[in-house]
Amino acid sequence: MIGLAHYLLLAGILFAIAVAGIFINRKNVILLLMCIELMLLAVNFNFVAFSRFLGILDGQVFVFFILTVAAAEAAIGLAILVVLFRQRRSINVEELDTMKG
Amino acid sequence: MLVAILFWTFSAVLVGAALGVILSRNPVHSVLYLVLCFFNAAVLWLLIQAEFLAIVLVLVYVGAVMVLFLFVVMMLDVNIEELREGFARNAPLGALIAFIMVVELAYVLWVRRLGIELPGVVAGTAEGASNTAEIGAVLYTQYAYPFQLAAVVLLIAIVAAITLTMRRRPGLKVQDIAGQVAVKASDRVRLVSMPPEREP
Repeated sequence: MIGLAHYLLLAGILFAIAVAGIFINRKNVILLLMCIELMLLAVNFNFVAFSRFLGILDGQVFVFFILTVAAAEAAIGLAILVVLFRQRRSINVEELDTMKG
Repeated sequence: MLVAILFWTFSAVLVGAALGVILSRNPVHSVLYLVLCFFNAAVLWLLIQAEFLAIVLVLVYVGAVMVLFLFVVMMLDVNIEELREGFARNAPLGALIAFIMVVELAYVLWVRRLGIELPGVVAGTAEGASNTAEIGAVLYTQYAYPFQLAAVVLLIAIVAAITLTMRRRPGLKVQDIAGQVAVKASDRVRLVSMPPEREP
């Protein structure tokens, strides 16, 4: 029988994969943004699972708000990325050191 | 039994697609794997009867956000090989940290659960009630102000994205419509009084 623990573990695995992705794709800003999306998906998994298994609706409303904020974050992040690429012709994180003292 | 088979199948595909996101060589493939991830997540949410959010995930995430990602990835001409150096060097550390996180979570969930019994069955919805209607009933009453704040967040995101990416190129010829409308005849035609020509 599939219980709450299965869903929580699946969300944990998803989050861990996203963290590993941030470590191994440290130079590519697009991949970093995608890993953040994956992390948000894992968090949403937790919210939906708790909400459905405990029978409390508030978790699902929270997922709705998280989706809104994630959409806004993706739009602004990609806009910054486009501007960055236009100025520097590169999205390598290690070259972004203009503000280094 | 059927639910268990579906859960294991889709969660296996989900984990595989998540690995594909972080390991694939081409960013376009990463985005497509992420789309697969979101689809599988939507199916898994359907399995625990969260229908509204499953559909919203497909519509909003796959339909809007992922397409935006795909546009940007295809628009930027990035040098993939340069961005992937250091990949093998950081991979063991990332894998180690991910492994530690999963082991800790599994330990908490399966071994040391402090006597808390995690529920094994989904809390059923009432007869004739739908998930969407239930969420709507809460969202527009109890969460009305947060809902409006979410709308403001989206508006700010629109304004920010437009102002960030709008640029003025020097030397570009544009039509100044306000100036055209506001123009007066005296700005365009200058009447010069001249003495009449004399007879030769």
